[in-house]
Amino acid sequence: MTERKPIADGLFTWPSDNPALLGSRCRQCKIAEFPCKASCPACGSEEVAVEELPRRGKLWTWTIQGFMPKSPYNSGETVDTFTPYGVGYIELPGAVCVESRLVENTTRDLAIGMDMELVIETFRYDDVGNEIVTFAFKAVN
Amino acid sequence: MDVAIVGIGIHPFGRTPERSGLQQGAFAARLALKDAGVEWRDMQFGFGGSASAGSADALVNELGLTGMPFINVANGCATGGSALLSAYNAIKSGEYDIGIVVGFDKHDRGAFNADPRQMGIGAWYGETGLMLTTQFFAMKIQRYMHAFNISAGTLAKVASKAFSNGAKNPNAWRREEISEEEILTSTMISDPLTKFMFCAPGEGGVALVICRADQARRYTDRPVYLKGAALRSRRYGSFEVFAPSQALQQVDGPTVDTSRAAFDMAGVGPRDIDVLQLQDTESGAEVMHMAENGFCEHGEQEALIQAGETAIGGKLPVNTDGGCLASGEPIGATGLRQVYETCLQLRGDAGPRQVPNNPKLGYTHVYGAPGISAVTILQR
Ligand SMILES: [Zn+2]
Repeated sequence: MTERKPIADGLFTWPSDNPALLGSRCRQCKIAEFPCKASCPACGSEEVAVEELPRRGKLWTWTIQGFMPKSPYNSGETVDTFTPYGVGYIELPGAVCVESRLVENTTRDLAIGMDMELVIETFRYDDVGNEIVTFAFKAVN
Repeated sequence: MDVAIVGIGIHPFGRTPERSGLQQGAFAARLALKDAGVEWRDMQFGFGGSASAGSADALVNELGLTGMPFINVANGCATGGSALLSAYNAIKSGEYDIGIVVGFDKHDRGAFNADPRQMGIGAWYGETGLMLTTQFFAMKIQRYMHAFNISAGTLAKVASKAFSNGAKNPNAWRREEISEEEILTSTMISDPLTKFMFCAPGEGGVALVICRADQARRYTDRPVYLKGAALRSRRYGSFEVFAPSQALQQVDGPTVDTSRAAFDMAGVGPRDIDVLQLQDTESGAEVMHMAENGFCEHGEQEALIQAGETAIGGKLPVNTDGGCLASGEPIGATGLRQVYETCLQLRGDAGPRQVPNNPKLGYTHVYGAPGISAVTILQR
């Protein structure tokens, strides 16, 4: 029996009908961080609490990864099947700017400031056939 | 105690299959010792670094087991700058009179691919293809071009200048001119940066003999003085490589802080600098680092570069030896290559790439992951 599994625990709520990224927020200086950390990168406080980050935000910057990265990249692709993928930072209001793969992967479809929303997509299959999922952001039409 | 550079040596950058990285470091060290007219046994200390070519302290096996303290330095692309800063402080403290700084490296072909665990990040970050320096630089210049109206043509001009300067440098890896057109139309690596806008991991070694300034004339009639040397790491809110998230409110990066500290220490300002070497891991980095180091306002690069002001004959000559773009990036050696080139320029020994402004003050800058900058200000 194979299942859909997240690429790492604690990155986003899973399983869930409406997944969200999980961040930590500092009780001292109120800043948020992704992924969750045991201490605050701004002040070093260990008074941090986990929270769900906003699911929508704006594209802060982006690029397209044109070549297949070396290991530890592990998407199940080969150099022949590799598809360039979009990468960007998404400003999540009131929280933090998160780096993510993007569903869009052409210059035509990407622009700084565009609205984006979180999706969970298949990234690869592991050796026993489980579907490994990760987070990405997708342009909102 | 002021500090002077009295000997410089370099092993040509590029690919040298017949010599290990360590041997390239030893080659550079021998030249630097010869330049200063001293022996290895005269060195009271050493600082050195290499990211991929072994432990720098193994140089003592190549050069002589004299019992001197030799400390390995590792700070990413800022390794050379960090080693020099350590040596500078060792002399300034009054503890030592003379010592050596060495940086060398030898990397495999292809882009660097870092291990997330070394940076305290989960394995998923590398697995999903988010941990590449090339991506970070592309995203940083993408945002910068949007904010400050920098054109793709300017990125191409930075690269073509680098190859043109490299063509005049016998120690550069790439010594052929490449046209702006060819640079713009070469393979897109990470939008907006094409293949020829990126430097490549390479090989090379550089060494410097440094001493107390008041003893410098014993070794050379053309000492170069270290008027400022600073290193800073990032503050919260600066946009850095290997960051799964970053602050909503941006602050200046470590380069801005480092540059200010070095200028304060030297008691001079950007307008006083005659020749400068800036970290140019790719074309966009040179553009952004011009402003981050205080040499122009954000956005002014477009006009300055288009007018040729950053070329050897311009009023702000940048990366006169071809920079990382033409020399390649052996991580441990880069910061010291910049200092080597600046010493040549200040001595008037840079040959066909000598800047014509009779330079008295030079500036070097490296930036490394995950957000470290090192700057030196050099005076003849
Ligand atoms: Zn805090």
